[in-house]
Amino acid sequence: MKLTNQDVQEILDLLDATPFDVLHLQTERFKLTLRRQSTGDQARSEWAQESELLATPQILQPVGTSPPGADPSPAQARSTTSGITPESASAANDDPKTIAIRTSLPGTFYRAPRPGDPAFVEIGSVVQEDTVIGIIETMKLMNAIHAGASGTIAEILIPNAHFAEQGSILMRIKPDPS
Amino acid sequence: MSAGNANLLRTPIRRLLIANRGEIAVRIIDTCQRMGIETILAASEVDLHSRGANLADHTICIGPPNSTQSYLNIDNIIAAAKFADVDAIHPGYGFLSENQKLAEACEAAHIIFIGPTASQLDAVGDKLKARTHAEQAGLPLVPGGNVSSMEQARQLAEKIGYPILIKAVAGGGGRGMKQVHDAAQLAPSIELAMAEAQAAFGDGRSYLERFIAKGRHVEVQVLGDGQNVVHLGTRDCSIQRRYQKLIEEAPAPHLAPRLREEMQDAAVAFAKHLRYCGLGTVEMLVDCDRNAFHFLEMNARIQVEHPVTEAITHLDLVEQQIAVAEGHPLRLRQSDIHLHGHAIECRINAEDWHHGFRPSPGTITKFIQPAGHDIRIDTHMQRGAEVPPYYDSLLAKLIVHSETRATAIAKMTSALGRFQIAGVTTNLGMHSLVMRDKEFAQGGVDTGYLPRFLQSQTVAAAS
Repeated sequence: MKLTNQDVQEILDLLDATPFDVLHLQTERFKLTLRRQSTGDQARSEWAQESELLATPQILQPVGTSPPGADPSPAQARSTTSGITPESASAANDDPKTIAIRTSLPGTFYRAPRPGDPAFVEIGSVVQEDTVIGIIETMKLMNAIHAGASGTIAEILIPNAHFAEQGSILMRIKPDPS
Repeated sequence: MSAGNANLLRTPIRRLLIANRGEIAVRIIDTCQRMGIETILAASEVDLHSRGANLADHTICIGPPNSTQSYLNIDNIIAAAKFADVDAIHPGYGFLSENQKLAEACEAAHIIFIGPTASQLDAVGDKLKARTHAEQAGLPLVPGGNVSSMEQARQLAEKIGYPILIKAVAGGGGRGMKQVHDAAQLAPSIELAMAEAQAAFGDGRSYLERFIAKGRHVEVQVLGDGQNVVHLGTRDCSIQRRYQKLIEEAPAPHLAPRLREEMQDAAVAFAKHLRYCGLGTVEMLVDCDRNAFHFLEMNARIQVEHPVTEAITHLDLVEQQIAVAEGHPLRLRQSDIHLHGHAIECRINAEDWHHGFRPSPGTITKFIQPAGHDIRIDTHMQRGAEVPPYYDSLLAKLIVHSETRATAIAKMTSALGRFQIAGVTTNLGMHSLVMRDKEFAQGGVDTGYLPRFLQSQTVAAAS
């Protein structure tokens, strides 16, 4: 028996129009099996890859209100923005008479619920364990920071709207005498 | 406007400033490169070495990492556009993409804003204005209205049917909001709601609307040139938590053909009513119990989930945006648009879904992505890339396209299994579980599905 190109095309179209992966066709004159390349051969048409590292960006001179002389490298940008490095924030560490309030997430520290609102706490404020002392904004999510201990706020190390590195000390509490 | 005039107004875009970051910046650069448009990326200090900066022809620093001083700073963006002498600004999504002031500043500086006109942004940006326009265009709104007395409330509640939701007119943040399930509960609830509203906002007026217990978030993609409007089918974005979409698909599964047609027609009617010029999305709420839909809002920009529509229409939506912004009339008629197969998108985020979706910034140490026929990854990530704490947690979008929804789910499951990211915590595992879930496989879940599913997983893990 003879199959023309047209016949083959029509058979393929027929297979394409069905949701089946395998088509058996049996007539008096011939038997035909068509198998769609899919599930079984998936490994051949699907893979995993790593993208190549690209050339250095072409950086033009900055515009606007960036601080003069700010080196636009990510590491330094943070310290120029916040003025606070983890070292300076943790310098006065481990004062045995105070308890440190740290942030477990890096982010922007806000001392008030909204711009213009009074701050959650000031130096001298009396706090309980669950008192909210500020908010850390990380990846557009606001996370309330709790005092974690009862006492009096003794020191505020990170000013409002400044960046706080992961683990840095935000404030210190003078604990209640127990 | 005659065709001759339209010709005179055509401005070819040769240089374009991207006032955005992340995967969408990379996505826009991709189309521009194909169209031969030079790209300038406006980047904050922490994004100067991002993948977008590597791919753009030039990068310009627009300020410190905090977005209020960079990506939301209109003066700096306009200054960058002027310095780079661009023809147009593409605002992407989020940030200033729907900001009327940026559109106006562009107009004043003779720069094309890739988006609708400033007045159209105003018309859809304000919820009350948008509601009024939708009503004028004949779109169904969630039934409801203002009440100032008990008698009014009783009449309105009877008309819209229980359950109903009471909201404070002056309200927000859930205060003064009450669910009422039958007529007996109405009087005490209204009194309480009004008293609470009075105390909280100094305004006791309340708003009643039908409470839709089981709803699906279905949206229609539209494209207009100021005269003509076409729709590019539906998308289902019901898989969300706290109003953040995590999985989207196109077309929306299991919608009655008539309902789907009505929704598409409604979206076109709304865009035509506004003489909409650009790419936009009309969001609607499908009431699963009543098989009806209601207008929610319009997003006047490209959406995060646009690739699922691109997959089933074989169109490049950024290219369409650019063509309309250049002043070209739509090249597509509704009859030219055909939808092929089914597409699903998973948003891969840097967040710990086991611990309340806690954000996970950091440095990517491994990024091996799935590839293959009809598998698309939109990302700005690679090994060594930084995930800064200043912006949203989206790392990548994984999009698959297949003939049927079932084969698309199988393809997604397999692709998720080949995706390897290290250095930050991701939600890849959550997506894999959803793809294997029977209820998701049936299709057409409501917006309460994902929180329910996550709860059941937590319970299963604990027992």
